[in-house]
Amino acid sequence: MENKAPIVEVRNIYKSYRRGTQTVPVLDDITFDIEEGEFLALMGPSGSGKSTLLNLIAGIDKADSGTITVGGIEITSLSETELAGWRATNVGFIFQFYNLIPVLTAFENVELPLLLTGLSRSGRREHVDLALRAVSLSDRADHYPSQLSGGQQQRVAIARAIITDPTILVADEPTGDLDRYSAEEILDLMERLVHELGKTVIMVTHDPRAAGKAHIIKHLEKGVLNSDVHSENTL
Amino acid sequence: MFILKILFKNAFRHKLRTSLTVLGITIAVLAFGLLRTVVGAWYAGVEASSATRLVTRNAVSLVFFLPISYKEKIRQVPGVTEVGYSDWFGGVYKDEKNFFPNFATDAKTAIDLFPEFIIPPDQKTAFLRDRKGAVVGRKTAERFGWKLGDIVTLKGSIFPGNWEFVIRGIYRGAQKSTDETQFFFHWSYLNESLKKTAPYRADKVGWFLIGVKSPDVAPDVAVAIDKMFKNSLAETITETEKAFQLSFISMTEAIVVVIRLVSFIVIVIIMAVMANTMAMTVRERTGEYAIMKTLGFGGWHISGLIFGESLVISAIGCASGIALTFPAAKAFGDSLSQFFPVFIVARSTIYMDMAAGLIVATVAAVFPIWRAITLRIADGLRRIG
Ligand SMILES: Nc1ncnc2c1ncn2[C@@H]1O[C@H](COP(=O)(O)OP(=O)(O)OP(=O)(O)O)[C@@H](O)[C@H]1O
Ligand SMILES: [Mg+2]
Repeated sequence: MENKAPIVEVRNIYKSYRRGTQTVPVLDDITFDIEEGEFLALMGPSGSGKSTLLNLIAGIDKADSGTITVGGIEITSLSETELAGWRATNVGFIFQFYNLIPVLTAFENVELPLLLTGLSRSGRREHVDLALRAVSLSDRADHYPSQLSGGQQQRVAIARAIITDPTILVADEPTGDLDRYSAEEILDLMERLVHELGKTVIMVTHDPRAAGKAHIIKHLEKGVLNSDVHSENTL
Repeated sequence: MFILKILFKNAFRHKLRTSLTVLGITIAVLAFGLLRTVVGAWYAGVEASSATRLVTRNAVSLVFFLPISYKEKIRQVPGVTEVGYSDWFGGVYKDEKNFFPNFATDAKTAIDLFPEFIIPPDQKTAFLRDRKGAVVGRKTAERFGWKLGDIVTLKGSIFPGNWEFVIRGIYRGAQKSTDETQFFFHWSYLNESLKKTAPYRADKVGWFLIGVKSPDVAPDVAVAIDKMFKNSLAETITETEKAFQLSFISMTEAIVVVIRLVSFIVIVIIMAVMANTMAMTVRERTGEYAIMKTLGFGGWHISGLIFGESLVISAIGCASGIALTFPAAKAFGDSLSQFFPVFIVARSTIYMDMAAGLIVATVAAVFPIWRAITLRIADGLRRIG
């Protein structure tokens, strides 16, 4: 693992937003690597650009300059359409507000990303069953999001995120909307994804407890990333 | 499968709003269909009129008469095969509101000249034999419950007095578009009594109906007839039955134009309503479309979802509108049969309903689709978070 190239390479990333006539810099020359199988927590005050950075790595936003390479693919040079295709197979998304499609059952929500693959119906079913089992929600497959608790919805979202076996998982405050118990459950689940399945996870969080689960914590402040803080990872 | 489920579920997520929109489209399509059917009914007489029949009338106006003696002269014109004549009788059955067209006519030729009025042979003979006999269209007979042999009294409005007739025949239309409300009887019956009561009005007819060899000789025959009576006491105007009917309608042309216009305005209004519904819907679902884009779904998928939803709503409204058009047109036609003897929903109207539904769905979806496609994912997600 030591001599392998990092799975994510962020190089000299600049990003600013235009607000009226003003240009507000958000990310100012960000450079760092993420190794495969790593669990990274991104912390920092509100408005420091954590979500912006995460979105850039996940290919749903464009940087002003700099390059980002994920799994050997320089995504900063991909077109909008190429990026969409790339995201479909390479990134698993977990959001604060679960973001499930309310008219679809848990099963169908998890199945959704697979519609973009060539997988057969029975193939999809197999994958979805597996993913739901991984998040211990097999018995809720036919429930609609409104019939599930917040923690359960987030577990469905995690199942959806891992269904395509993506290169990286990105999570933007995955526990931000959950009570402590549910949050603990979700964090344990993410930890298992890293340890048991060897997933690479990048998680934005405000919660020190959540960050404590990560291998590495990075702090973003005023557009600049400070030195890594290695967590003791008390498990 | 999956996609269809999303479409239908999305369409009915906001049940009240969708129901109201569907109801609006239903009513719009129904109104559109009925208005177009009214226009069609207006022209039904023209459509059904024959190109091989000419009508000769007094050049001054329809209310002036022509002498019966013209008949033999017209017959001499080359190309003419038959000459009949009629009078607008204007009889009233019991009450003014029981209107139906009734004519005094030269029975023998009238039957030959109107092959689209189908009368059983035995009834035809019975009619021709009975001086007071009359033939009535199926619809009018049903309306008043008249049967063969019934004695019917009409009160004359143009020709005073009570006139008694015996129903000897009931005709059916050869086509759906044939007028089945007319009532006609022997002109000779009217004339004989006029000779006694008002001799100055006798031996005159309202118009001549002329059968010609073929449609292409009709214009020449018309010119020849009018030339013949030039500078006489009663100059004539001869035209095809179609033109004759059209000259009636041209008096009301403006109304028809307005009705047509209104029928299209109805569609434009519902288009705006539907566009509003779709705009609201898509705005509410911005976050969901952002999620789908995040997962890798492209512009085509999103467009398909939005257009599909628009189509579902529009199609349901359109289908129920069309389904209601038929019973509504029937009820409408029944109660207005004295004004619109022929009131049928044309197939072209149904096609136009469908086209309108499709156009409404498309127009309503265009702007929301454009918004959803150009939406930046990060902004869309921000909206939920
Ligand atoms: N589309 C946009 N237009 C203008 N400014 C934006 C836009 N998106 C983000 N910003 C600004 O960029 C800065 C960083 O935003 P970002 O969402 O990355 O912060 P964050 O660290 O995730 O904050 P939080 O912890 O509150 O989620 C903020 O000041 C924000 O107002
Ligand atoms: Mg954020």
